[in-house]
Amino acid sequence: MDNYRSDVAHIGKSVVVKGELSGSEDLYLDGEVEGSIELRSHSLTIGPNGRVKANVSAKEVVIQGKVEGNIRGTDRVELRKSAVLNGDISTQRIVIEDGAFFKGSIDIQKPEAKPEPAKVSAATAPAASASIPTPVTSSAQAPLLDRN
Amino acid sequence: MVSGFFRKVFGGGSADQTVAEEHAHGRISRRSTGFQEFIRTISLPEGQRILDLGPTSPSNLSFVTGLGHRAYNEDVVLESHDPGIFIPSDDGKTKRIDVERFMKDNLNHEKEIFDAVLLWDVPDYLDEALVKPVVERIHKVTKPGGLLLGFFHTRDAGPDAPYYRYHIADKQTLELQRGPQFQLKRVFNNRHIENLFHDFGSIKFFLGRDNIREVLVVR
Repeated sequence: MDNYRSDVAHIGKSVVVKGELSGSEDLYLDGEVEGSIELRSHSLTIGPNGRVKANVSAKEVVIQGKVEGNIRGTDRVELRKSAVLNGDISTQRIVIEDGAFFKGSIDIQKPEAKPEPAKVSAATAPAASASIPTPVTSSAQAPLLDRN
Repeated sequence: MVSGFFRKVFGGGSADQTVAEEHAHGRISRRSTGFQEFIRTISLPEGQRILDLGPTSPSNLSFVTGLGHRAYNEDVVLESHDPGIFIPSDDGKTKRIDVERFMKDNLNHEKEIFDAVLLWDVPDYLDEALVKPVVERIHKVTKPGGLLLGFFHTRDAGPDAPYYRYHIADKQTLELQRGPQFQLKRVFNNRHIENLFHDFGSIKFFLGRDNIREVLVVR
């Protein structure tokens, strides 16, 4: 249970949920869900006992259990060695441990380009407050990390 | 010892350490001319759909997505051993694969969607009833002009030839890692291979120094 943290919402292994599961906090799911899971800008960890039949959308998705459905992790998706995934993955970054079972496709989404700051004339530009676009780090560009 | 091991695995007798090298972590490294040509052909443009029919390999998925392609993975041999797809034979005493169900559950993609297919040595390990339907389905889901890379054991390989997972190490090197204990079902000769890919456009053979036949097929 290396991903369990006491400060995240927790669905235990005896819990069965059928329907739409959504929230605005991180979630550790070790039970069974059938329907859909939407956590938007938060992370979802599916524990080793987790069984999910649902399309999943979250910022970060870590899978240790069994999932049937498509995974959209806007930031990253991680398949641990005990993971069994039947479905398509769409994400910016992915980690797959050796031993994970995966049947589906992986579509690496390139990070959205930050909009260029509007050009302003010298007369109206504030002296030193112009925003500087954050450079993309090298880790954000790495599409996949092999953990063999 | 390495060359002897490799001979035992694939048959043939001329493998040496320049061709195959067993790593400390149990992998055998081998250069592959067929793979080299496969990669050279599919490298550009980005955004191609590549289907890997071997066991899930993090390094393969990493390599393919690293080229900017969309990676698909289906472990066809493993799926063919799923007890759930076996039904009683007509004699009621034995069991046979439910081919219809297998083809419904596997390789079920849109027509002509893939730019390239990594077949590896899947046909050597598939049940007889599945070989033709699987190759026909691959033909259906591959784009005209699409590429397929297959490996075939030589006739020197015995029935105990171990099943290997293929990992892409770089643009010309593969690493072989022992997989589940699947039995080698048959050995194709060149004529059989040509017949197997009869519906495809062209076929090119590469014979490595370890007597592995690598086959590059154009749809």
